[in-house]
Amino acid sequence: MIATEQKYLKLSGLEPLLITPESNFVNVGERTNVAGSKKFLRLIKENNYNEALDIARHQVEGGAQIIDVNMDDGLIDGKAAMVKFLNLIVAEPDIARVPIMIDSSKWEIIEAGLQVVQGKCVVNSISLKEGTKEFIRQAKLIKRYGAAVIVMAFDEVGQADNLDRRIEIADRSYRILVDEVGFPPEDIIFDLNIFPVATGMDEHRRNALDFIEGTRWVRANLPHCSVSGGVSNVSFSFRGNNPVREAMHSVFLYHAIKAGMNMGIVNPALLEVYDDIPKELLEHVEDVILNRRDDATERLLEFAETVQGKAKESKVDLSWRQEPLQERITRALVKGIDQYIVEDIEEARQQAAKPLEVIEENLMTGMNVVGDLFGSGKMFLPQVVKSARVMKKAVAYLEPFIEEEKKNNADASTGRTAGKILMATVKGDVHDIGKNIVSVVLACNNYEIVDLGVMVPPEKIINKAIEEQVDVIGLSGLITPSLDEMVFLAKEMERQDFEVPLLIGGATTSKAHTAVKIDSVYSRAVVHVNDASRAVTVVGDLLQKETSARYKKDIKLDYESFRDKFLSRTKQKTYLTLQEARANKLRIDFREEDISLPNELGIQVQEDFDLRQLQSYIDWTPFFRSWDLHGRYPDILSDQVVGQQATELFSDAQHMLKQIFEERWLTGRAVFGLFPANQINKDDIEVVGQIQSQEEKFMFRTLRQQLKKRDGVPNIALADFIAPKETEIQDYMGCFCVTAGFGTQEKAAEFEKNHDDYSAIMIKALADRLAEAYAEYLHKEVRTNHWGYAKEETLNNEALIDEKYRGIRPAPGYPACPDHLEKLTIWKLLGVEERIGVTLTESLAMWPAASVSGYYFGHPKAKYFGLGKIKKDQVEDFAKRKAMPFEEAKRWLAPNLVDS
Amino acid sequence: MPDIKEILQSRILVLDGAMGTMLQRHKFTEEDFRGERFKNWEHPLQGNNDLLSLTQPDAIAEIHGKYFEAGADIVETNTFSGTTIAMADYYMEELVYELNYESARIAKKVAQKFTQKEPQKPRFVAGSIGPTNKTASMSPDVNDPGYRAVSFDELRMAYKQQIEALLDGGADILLVETIFDTLNAKAALFAIEEVKDERHIDVPVMVSGTITDASGRTLSGQTAEAFLISISHIPILSVGFNCALGAKQLVPHLEVISAKSEHAISAHPNAGLPNAFGEYDETPEQMAVQIKEYVEKGLVNIVGGCCGTNPEHIRAIADVVKDYEPRRLTETVLP
Repeated sequence: MIATEQKYLKLSGLEPLLITPESNFVNVGERTNVAGSKKFLRLIKENNYNEALDIARHQVEGGAQIIDVNMDDGLIDGKAAMVKFLNLIVAEPDIARVPIMIDSSKWEIIEAGLQVVQGKCVVNSISLKEGTKEFIRQAKLIKRYGAAVIVMAFDEVGQADNLDRRIEIADRSYRILVDEVGFPPEDIIFDLNIFPVATGMDEHRRNALDFIEGTRWVRANLPHCSVSGGVSNVSFSFRGNNPVREAMHSVFLYHAIKAGMNMGIVNPALLEVYDDIPKELLEHVEDVILNRRDDATERLLEFAETVQGKAKESKVDLSWRQEPLQERITRALVKGIDQYIVEDIEEARQQAAKPLEVIEENLMTGMNVVGDLFGSGKMFLPQVVKSARVMKKAVAYLEPFIEEEKKNNADASTGRTAGKILMATVKGDVHDIGKNIVSVVLACNNYEIVDLGVMVPPEKIINKAIEEQVDVIGLSGLITPSLDEMVFLAKEMERQDFEVPLLIGGATTSKAHTAVKIDSVYSRAVVHVNDASRAVTVVGDLLQKETSARYKKDIKLDYESFRDKFLSRTKQKTYLTLQEARANKLRIDFREEDISLPNELGIQVQEDFDLRQLQSYIDWTPFFRSWDLHGRYPDILSDQVVGQQATELFSDAQHMLKQIFEERWLTGRAVFGLFPANQINKDDIEVVGQIQSQEEKFMFRTLRQQLKKRDGVPNIALADFIAPKETEIQDYMGCFCVTAGFGTQEKAAEFEKNHDDYSAIMIKALADRLAEAYAEYLHKEVRTNHWGYAKEETLNNEALIDEKYRGIRPAPGYPACPDHLEKLTIWKLLGVEERIGVTLTESLAMWPAASVSGYYFGHPKAKYFGLGKIKKDQVEDFAKRKAMPFEEAKRWLAPNLVDS
Repeated sequence: MPDIKEILQSRILVLDGAMGTMLQRHKFTEEDFRGERFKNWEHPLQGNNDLLSLTQPDAIAEIHGKYFEAGADIVETNTFSGTTIAMADYYMEELVYELNYESARIAKKVAQKFTQKEPQKPRFVAGSIGPTNKTASMSPDVNDPGYRAVSFDELRMAYKQQIEALLDGGADILLVETIFDTLNAKAALFAIEEVKDERHIDVPVMVSGTITDASGRTLSGQTAEAFLISISHIPILSVGFNCALGAKQLVPHLEVISAKSEHAISAHPNAGLPNAFGEYDETPEQMAVQIKEYVEKGLVNIVGGCCGTNPEHIRAIADVVKDYEPRRLTETVLP
């Protein structure tokens, strides 16, 4: 033996198992063997793989370092059962952490097993029984599959039943494997046949001893290999008398291990500690095992009758079952133990007001722990999958109760789901734990889930979404390329005019990515949802009629401001030159059919408009915000913190609003016009107006985004929404100014005089809301009537707030056109001051303040956007176009100028 | 051609950096991906980077050239997804042989040019064998943990086809990389052994796994050492890790396998960890500092870059490693 060379048997499951000379005896679990365990056989026959897995788990928990799996039984399809059971074991990390011994007398079962286990297994077994050729063939394949092998002391003649034959066969097998096959000697394990002793037959008396001596020879003469065996065979004659069997096993092992046996198939429950064996029993057993006396067998048989049989208790630690309920549930989820989950969940259900609470509180508490452990690297993926399965089992148990509850709920609609949600892990990604948890939790909340699984190509998501008419699409992904897939899908949804909200989740997703990359390419709602408990409220807000429109609008705004903040934080932004930005302009394919000739060209005025008509157009959320109460209307009224305050405020507002309407405190006026227009020089819009019945050309100078975009994302300017002159398509646009502010100042002064500051602020806040509502109302009138491109439009206020209509009404001073200068042009074009009396201050603010002015764009592709930062070159160009000194232009545009 | 095993004894070899990152710079459109030949293909092809070996071969050759120029000894063929299994996304299963063959041929041509110029620094081509997009030991269906989307034999046959084409095209080395499921890799290694056997050839094999998350395990749940044990049954040139983590996060895992393996050790990490946008922003200088730690600790024999790296990273890495001795291959392997 070459002393310097160190070769050890190394095996692996999810974790390594090294068998070195210093290692203790390696214990192979034997209970997952249909030939050795009646219970296991029955479970496999009954197709009860869950309980069969419990047996495997028990063994690992009980200390088995390898588990032997054997499906050789005439009444079962051994190959199918082997593959199925191993596949299931692989999904159980607490079992799969140890290496597997694939045990069969049929080569095809062994090979099928080798094809489904990633770790380094042990094949049990091959032998020279069928001759050298087959032996070599199998050995080569085993090597190629990357497994160690047990070689039985068996050859063409038969099983080795004495010392010489054991030596002969072991030696021959070893030489073939090492010299001819090139099999690593450390991967060879000999099973030198453990046969029963104390059978009463003389030729069996040396069975144990020959094994022990054979082991000694093999370990001394065949370098690096191991010796194993099925220990329980030795005590076969004493079936039914466990104390004696346990002692026999211990004694046998004690001596065999000393001789070099380093692994074996042993039932740990049938093993006594050598030192604990009563002295007399020990002596009798050793006499038999070591064949020390001719009458050893008879003496042991006689003695055995005096030894009481008592089964050993299994030592699974169940102390955790005494802990409080939540701890038990959390533990079950973390450890993936589903045995007690139903009884624990039942207990929780009885304590909870509603069955759903058990999911939302008890289970989610546990899943959050799982999430934290995973996040910090203390759990790994397959374990998390198990947790998800326990979760599922718990939820499945609760489902009927939830159903029942729903039925009892008189006003609940019968059998209808709250909405249909498509869930998918995007193309190229296999991770779906998070997605599945979200699906389960949503399903429990009465949503119908269309789960497309993992690695779902975008076209399939799109097609299914259309086919199933889903209400929400949820995308999940864990690896970074998935982020791009999500962006791609969002773009596709945009391209195909999808309207359904998009949920984004998964470990690498972030609010930042969602806001910056996904929300920006999809004009409908996009929400980043990273935990299941939040998913329920988000989907609820998205789909409930009462909240939907507002929520969507708010989330859009939230993401926009998040995006702006994020982008202004990130330093390494690059900007295009104006020329480059223009080259990357939004190119709309202008078609005649997308452009409508307005029904009424020219300017119209509404004087003394009845503000009562605006009541249903009011968007209340900003009203509360103006009072520093943050939250969405109407939810804010029932908010735990500010609800009461908001409700009082709202009731005061309603009261004053009534007075405004009835006592005509405020006057509403509007002027608007629709004009022929064309884009010229990419960034300008030429409008043909009329001044004293003379045609006059006006020019709106728009500003173009200069932030470097990702491929395929254009740098937009408002002018892009108008057909360029060179297309020779006559396009149109509009301008407007509405006010609800006349009378505000007087009324506020009146209140102030009476020291009623509250009402003074209230009237201003309401006037602002009415002006916005007026703008919304007028825009609708223009779309359906005066311009008339959307005659069929029937939208309620929620949908209006959600900007579901075609066309936009951007206002100078707001994100798409942050410069206020163009207001001067609007004022001239519409004759705003002359017609309705709204004036512009020195800083180009409108007076009265409760006024709104802006443009109308009617093209289906027109959308709101933020200009972002621009560069000096655009300011220079803008100054030139406006024929104003650079310094003056720079002063107006300073907030948007990128620091250079 | 000198034996790469001998060269490995004397110096640290440099592997190239990312192919995808470089291709992104070209901003190829759907039309560019299609080229003349696939202009009427019924399915979208943008993103099928492997296809560019057929439709934009000059770009691929240019990228290989840039990496060699930057100091790489080995470049990887543009064949990460070159199996029938991965190509099914594009309905291009039929093209798998040609894709691999051409990719190897392109890389080989560039390598030969450089070797001719600098015979003292021979350049090698490693045929890149990716993990495919299916996993053989995990179920994609949480409700059916026993289900598998792909079998060992399906993987083995797909890999075999790729391997044969890579070798026919001139690959000097086979690199089984980005292994997230060891069973997939075992199928590839099985196929390699079959091809070696049938052709009576030997070919150096590099094996590179991926540690995917903070638990320090592969996606399929194995520890670094269990992974090492699971792939050590066939003769391999090197074992190591790539992708998923940056150079810094890879250190503890490299230490494990470096201490326990008699093979050469390779590492081609990403340019740091991805930021919120999945972009990599570790600079060449930052990465070089990390790589310096590898070589100072004597952890590696082959080093290069994965996602987010470019020729500048490779140049910086090559510059660092040239002054260091390679990890000793005859060291006593600890149990």
